[in-house]
Amino acid sequence: MSDYSAIVMGMSAGGMEVLINIFLNLDKSFPLPVIIVQHLHPMHKSELPDILRRYTAMEVLEASEKCVVEPGKIYLAPADYHLLVERDATISLSNDEKVNYSRPSIDLLFESAAYVWGDKLIGILFTGANNDGAEGIKAIKKYGGLTIAENPDTAEYSAMPGSAVDTGCVDLIYSKEEIKLYLEKLSVDKL
Amino acid sequence: MKIQEIENIEISLLLEAIYGRYGYDFRDYARATVERRSRLFAKNTGLKSISELIPRIMRDEMFFERLVKEFSITVTELFRDPSSYKELKLKVFPILKTYPFIKIWHAGCATGEEVYSLAILLKQEGLYDKATIYATDFNDEALEVAKNGIYSIDNMKQCTANYLAAGGTDALSDYYYAKHESVIFDKALRKNVMFANHNLTTDGIFGEMHLVMCKNVLIYFNKTLQNKVLNLFCDSLIHSGYLCLGSKESILFTDVENKFENIDKGERIFRKITGTANV
Repeated sequence: MSDYSAIVMGMSAGGMEVLINIFLNLDKSFPLPVIIVQHLHPMHKSELPDILRRYTAMEVLEASEKCVVEPGKIYLAPADYHLLVERDATISLSNDEKVNYSRPSIDLLFESAAYVWGDKLIGILFTGANNDGAEGIKAIKKYGGLTIAENPDTAEYSAMPGSAVDTGCVDLIYSKEEIKLYLEKLSVDKL
Repeated sequence: MKIQEIENIEISLLLEAIYGRYGYDFRDYARATVERRSRLFAKNTGLKSISELIPRIMRDEMFFERLVKEFSITVTELFRDPSSYKELKLKVFPILKTYPFIKIWHAGCATGEEVYSLAILLKQEGLYDKATIYATDFNDEALEVAKNGIYSIDNMKQCTANYLAAGGTDALSDYYYAKHESVIFDKALRKNVMFANHNLTTDGIFGEMHLVMCKNVLIYFNKTLQNKVLNLFCDSLIHSGYLCLGSKESILFTDVENKFENIDKGERIFRKITGTANV
């Protein structure tokens, strides 16, 4: 059995490049659900799930209200809604005010997931030009989860992973390639 | 016991305390958001845990009023989700035109931006004069804002873009005037609007409706409460009445799934296909 129950990820500017790379070698047998907030323009009709499907054999879904998260699947936050996780591992969407000028906000996903999964959670924060996600990383750490940040030196935009690292709550600082390998290792460990 | 399990108990106790003491029932709200707001409120009032809120809530009514404000959702904008207005205009208004009078319930109207949005489109389609709009919310402070129809000018550029995308035909500025940093909507838009306090968790049916609008409210409820409220809407609607929900809300996998048919591609406008209103 894996030590973990779920992975949450956050990314902003430059995130597309991350998304289309890190899941390339993974498929539906991946042992954990992956829930992602990628900042999107609110008026954007999200084509993100369609795009990502071309770059992974995992199941890719736009997170819908009350859906139960399951292993082997990637859940993407819809544009202009916050995505939170409930204690029964279902998804809640919210229309609350923007947090860090963002809706969806990475902090809200990370914090709510930390309360649900505690030390069974992995949180990974990637490239971005703001500081959304830093509070979320702190919450994941506080509740015993594993925190990973993309190396600000090699990330396309360093501000977001950089402010997470500055909190002192990041366990592992990996390049994008190392995160990809880490996920692939998680996948193999389960077999 | 893990800290998050302890906190989960604390939230339950808080919601139970609020219900017992004041009758506001948040117990079937989607927990994650209530939890977030409780934590924020505790932090902003200098308290260290959610359970520290409980004695204050029990003894201090003013303190409770502040918490309720924190709990009630007032995030909205003019013509939010414009494509749903366009669908209403194209698919629902032509049917509404066939009735001698129409009653519309805008449930959870918050500060009222979307009530004015609807009123403007009804006016343009020549439907306003035979319409009565019941605009309800459980937050009195938000209702006061709605009654005044005065909003910040900051977001008007986006709202005007939304308005055009919604299929508005004349200039949006025909319906308001700008003063200082505000826009003030034409009083005539609320001539046929009745603003009233109504709490979806505890209050019942109050009329026979042709259209019920309730956008981005159900996402804040758990399955149990969603079903209860959807049944309330269904019972409030006439046969062939319409229900319009938010862009990420659906009746799929709910109690009323078989009582409505979907009439738009986005799956958020539904037409009642069974029975008459149970008023």
